[in-house]
Amino acid sequence: MSDTLIQCTDLCKSYGAGPVLSHLNLTLGAGRIVGLLGPNGTGKTTLIKILAGLLQPTSGQVLVDGCVPGPESKAVVSYLPDRMYFADWMKAKDLLDLFEDFYRDFDREKAERMCASLGITPDQRVKTMSKGTREKMQLALVMSRRAKLYLLDEPIAGVDPAARDFIMNTILTNYSSDGTLLISTHLIGDIERVLDEVIILKDADVALHDSVDNIRQNRGMSVDALFREMFRMDPLEGGYFDAR
Amino acid sequence: MDWQLSEERPIFQQLYEEMCRRILTGRYPPGSRMPSVRELAAEAGVNPNTMQRALQQLDGAGLTESTRADGRTVTADETLTRRLRQELAGGAARRFFCETAALGFSRAEAKELILREEDGHHE
Repeated sequence: MSDTLIQCTDLCKSYGAGPVLSHLNLTLGAGRIVGLLGPNGTGKTTLIKILAGLLQPTSGQVLVDGCVPGPESKAVVSYLPDRMYFADWMKAKDLLDLFEDFYRDFDREKAERMCASLGITPDQRVKTMSKGTREKMQLALVMSRRAKLYLLDEPIAGVDPAARDFIMNTILTNYSSDGTLLISTHLIGDIERVLDEVIILKDADVALHDSVDNIRQNRGMSVDALFREMFRMDPLEGGYFDAR
Repeated sequence: MDWQLSEERPIFQQLYEEMCRRILTGRYPPGSRMPSVRELAAEAGVNPNTMQRALQQLDGAGLTESTRADGRTVTADETLTRRLRQELAGGAARRFFCETAALGFSRAEAKELILREEDGHHE
């Protein structure tokens, strides 16, 4: 088994205007939990979508488990989008059927157990679930695959602290030790202690990629504190805004 | 949950210290089996790899032993645990003198305070 799971070389992506990712290089190994951090609009979701095979890079190369993102990589990548994509007339059991149909590595029993612990009944419709429950349900489905790479885009953004604990626990107890988890978020304080490494994006590139304990050791501060220091901004200082 | 992790210091280091404390206070008794990496990681809410690293450091310090057959067990070596207990208690004493000194107490006054505290307990 090769230890490199993700390899981005000179990766660029732009949507017309400025670059969202610019000559980004990144190597990520197997068997770790990695935080993808950065302020809003620094390309976290774009990077995840490229890795998931939903977006094509403008230039540069991406390899996931040795392949260009496509059907082979999608079979080993479990992706949690930053928004809900299920039709709201669907019932919980329809979602399980859907995942079972789509993914060979889906562990239905596991998903059912998680649904049960969430208090979701098989006949409950998506429409009647609260926002938090929907997010937890979606995460349960994604984590029930035995994937090599889990891409979780903002899994804890819209839920209360107790649900956050549930989600972090689900992640910790369900990830297999040879799988890698890439979690994008800006709620760093909440997840810092479950991360092995962090990648901080800034100005369309990787500004920092190191282990959490190295950062704490070398800088004497938490990743959360470092992040605040890196991206401190004064609301009424500098810049030029010409609307006319 | 009594895994209180502070912000500034490496997490594995803090996990290691907490587990040392648990072994020296008998919460994980000598010769007993340690909980698994996963159990401990889930209990502390940390990454299993980080917990693994802390446990390896415990092995390195001789406080635990890993064998294929029994998993990880707490050491039964009492000379080692006695020495470490002494070190830990020494640290507590040093911290006490630091804090009282910061509040303007001399060594002699600080000792006085401790004795008075002890008497208070007996009353």
